[in-house]
Formats: sequence, structure tokens, C-alpha cells
Amino acid sequence: MIIKTRNVNFYYGGFKALTDISMDFEKSQVTALIGPSGCGKSTLLRLLNRMNDLIDGTRVEGEVIFEGKNIYHPGIDPVDIRRRIGMVFQKPNPFPKSIFNNITYGPNLTGMNNRGDLEGLVEWSLKQAVLWDEVKDILGQSAMMLSGGQQQRLCIARALAMKPDVLLMDEPTSALDPISTAKIEELIQDLKKRYTIIIVTHNMQQAARVSDMTGFFYLGKLIEYNETETIFTKPNVKHTEDYITGRFG
Amino acid sequence: MNTAALNSSMKWRYFKQNLFFGVVRLSALLIALALGGLLVYIVVHGYEALSWDFLILPPTDAMTKGGIMPAIIGTICLTLGAISVALPLGLMSAIYLSEYAKQGPGVRIIRIGVNCLAGVPSIVFGLFGLGLFVVFLQFGSCIASGALTLGFLILPTIIGASEEALKAVPATFREASLALGVSKWQTIYRIVLPNALPGILTGSILGIGRAAGETAPIMFTAAAFYTVQLPSSIFDEVMALPFHIYVLATAGTHIEETRPIQYGTVLVLVGLVLGVDLIAILIRSYIRKKKRW
Repeated sequence: MIIKTRNVNFYYGGFKALTDISMDFEKSQVTALIGPSGCGKSTLLRLLNRMNDLIDGTRVEGEVIFEGKNIYHPGIDPVDIRRRIGMVFQKPNPFPKSIFNNITYGPNLTGMNNRGDLEGLVEWSLKQAVLWDEVKDILGQSAMMLSGGQQQRLCIARALAMKPDVLLMDEPTSALDPISTAKIEELIQDLKKRYTIIIVTHNMQQAARVSDMTGFFYLGKLIEYNETETIFTKPNVKHTEDYITGRFG
Repeated sequence: MNTAALNSSMKWRYFKQNLFFGVVRLSALLIALALGGLLVYIVVHGYEALSWDFLILPPTDAMTKGGIMPAIIGTICLTLGAISVALPLGLMSAIYLSEYAKQGPGVRIIRIGVNCLAGVPSIVFGLFGLGLFVVFLQFGSCIASGALTLGFLILPTIIGASEEALKAVPATFREASLALGVSKWQTIYRIVLPNALPGILTGSILGIGRAAGETAPIMFTAAAFYTVQLPSSIFDEVMALPFHIYVLATAGTHIEETRPIQYGTVLVLVGLVLGVDLIAILIRSYIRKKKRW
């Protein structure tokens, strides 16, 4: 178990977005968070690497425990947490820099300056993200020239270059075409050997295809958290069944 | 409704549309005409005074002959001084306001303050500079006092432009950087500032143009009626183009005789300001073409 949340409540100002979430995320597994829009799944994901800190007027109660430590403890630096827990966003968001510099940006700022090391890291990261063969000859070109699917894989490579333990993915394929989506899903399968992956998705087939565990959220509450197979074949809660069979949503 | 009534109602609507378009077109035309007319007038009258000597010689014969070189140098010194005060201060304020400050009443008050500062008449800045730099700090009337005063005058322009430029950098860039475990300051320094730089530059250059053309703020703080000596330190008094025009046109004893020189000086000043603005426009259009998000 790498991350656990204990009785987490989360507020945007006066609005309570999450209620009493206690969840365990297993190491080297893919956990999917599903539920209708506004159910709090993305909020929970962003809580796990303290990205919600960036929004004024938010408040967290309860504990998020990463490797035995509560990441919301006042002595913890969110910058360290984000180094260990990487994130991929809904819309591909490469920097307006070259492909090479997109990857080296983070490592460079954390003290890696040797050109040879950086070149090795770029190759390693891009191979991990299955992008290397497509871009190895154009590393100096702007990342903005890549297709959406390639940009998203570049963003994954960029996150992996920081050698995180956990990778959070916030609807990583919702802006992509079906072929790019298939590539990313394949990649997720491959990456889970080395990383713990938590993915928010609107696409239930995607959750069923890629994840080991699935949590169903509704109105800020965790309704059911179970093995993906159980959730999609014989869920324990009627509400979950209604959602995945499309009776509401 | 029958066809005839429909037709006449359509005609009426088209008439209203054309009338409205005509009015807006006319307004835009008027502005262009006013600017064009002004420029043509200045060029026609000032053209004859212009010569190489006019630009590189000091005034002679009680300022009725000779050139305006000391005033050009003075204006350049004052403007560069103003921008080197206002740019760091304004940029840092803008970074604070848009990146660090918690949005709330405090920030709102600062922002209102900045906007009010932009609306303060320039003569008030001149008196403020006189009181603070010339008298209280005992700088005397000199480049330092004038540049500081002009710097305060253009501060709101620079803060405003910088803040706009910082805000225009997509939030997703910041998010991407922070999510990599890069600190906030590094994110600002490495991602936000480079992408905001063109906008900041454009704003600053427009500020330079403004500073170069102002008379009131330097009247009591920096500008000399007449000095052939070029400044050797920032605590020297200088001549300046706008003040020179003011003096020749109102305070001299040979107002009529110096008309050509007045127009020539105006032409040089306007050319300088428009030239600086043109640079800003060129930078902006160049960057817009290169921008890819």
C-alpha cells in the first residue's frame, strides 16, 4: 500500500466537495476513479499530490498518508511530494520548448546538469512513454508541433523523467482520438510494472480495460471501492450497478 | 405579413444597419484624420529646420540659432533613467500582484491604487518629484530627480502591461511545471516570465514613449532652461526636448523668430516617440507570429 487517505473531507470555500474518503491505493497497480461529472474524483486525485493547494480558499480535513507520512503535515514540502507523485493532465500541456527541453526541464532544476546524463534520461523517458521512435530525430523541434496524442505521451515522458513513484492521470485521453487513446492505454498497462498509477476517467470501458481496482464516486462520496472485475460484473452496491449499466449518469 | 410589408420592414432594417455602420466608420476615420493631420502639419512646418547640424549642435545666439543636441541627449538620459527605475519596480509589483498575492481586499486596494496613479495629472507628479527628490532628498534639479519622477509616472503603465502579460501565460504551463515538483519561484522564473516577456517589453517601450514626451514632471525636477554642457553625472541638470519646446514657444524673448526651431524640435520629439512605439509594435507582431499556443 503506497497511499492511503483517511477520513478526508475537502472544501472549496463553503462547498464540501469530498466527504469522508478513506481509500487505500496499492503499489504497482492501476486504480481507476469513476463517477459522473462533479462527483469529486478529480478533486481527490489532485489532493494526492497537493495540486489543490494552488486554488485559493480550499481546505482539507483528514489525512493523506504517503509512505507512512501525512503529506498535509505542516512540516512537509509540497514540492517534494510532487517530485515523488507525478501528474498527467486532461489536456496535453507541453511547454513551448523543444521536445528535449520539455523532458530535461524538471531534472535540470533539481540538479541534473551533465549533458550526457540528460541525453540518456531523455531517451529513457521517451522510450518508457513509447514515443522515442517517433521523435528521436526531431528532439530539437518544438513540442507544440507534435500531434495531441504525441504531446500527451511527451507529458507522460516528462513526468517519468522525474522518476516518480506514483503517476496520477486526470482523464489523460479525453482530448485524444481513439488511436492515440489505445496507445496511451497500452502504455498504462506497461507502466504499472514500475509505477503505481491512479487514473480518473469518464470512460467506463477504459476503467474496465486498464485498471485493477476501481472506485465509484457520487456527490463527493466514495460509493464503492473494489476490484475492477467485481465493480463491472457484480457490484455490491445497487447505485454502482445503475451507473455502470448506464441507468443514470 | 404580406410580401410588400416584409420588404419594407427589411429595407428599414438595412437602412438602420447602414446608418450605424456609417457612423462608426466615420468615427474611426475622424481619429485617423486627426492624427494624420497633426503629423502632416508638424512635418510640413518642421521639415525646413531639420538638418544634420540641427541634431548635433547646441543652441546658439540666445537659442535663436543652432541645434538641439543637448536636449536630445537630455531626453534620452531621462527616459533611460525612468525606465531603469520603473521596469524592475513595476515588473516585481506585477509578479507579486498576479502570482503571489492572495486575491482579496488587500490586492484590490493596491490595484485601485495603481489605476488611480495612472490617472494623476502629470503636473502633480512634477510637484511630488520637486518635493521629494529635489528638496527633501536634496538631489537638486537633475537627471536623477527627473528620471525618478518620470519613473513613477510610467509605473502604472508598466505594472498594468506586465500584469496582463503574466496573466496571458496559460495556467496549464504553471500547473505542468508545479506538478513536476518545481518550486513556485522557479516556475515563475523559468516558465512564466519568458513567455510573458514580449508583452512586458511592449508595455515598457510604450512607457518609454510616454516618458520621453512629458513636460510637466521634469519642469521642476530636471530640465534646464539652457545649458550647453552635456551631463557628466546623474546629478547634473539637462535640457530636454519637451521642455525646450515649451520654453521656446512661451518664455523666450524671440518667440516668433524661433518658430522654425520650435517646429523642428517638435518633429524630432514626435519622431522619437513614434519610433519607439513602432519598435514596440514590431516586437509584438513578430512575437505573435511565433506564438504557438
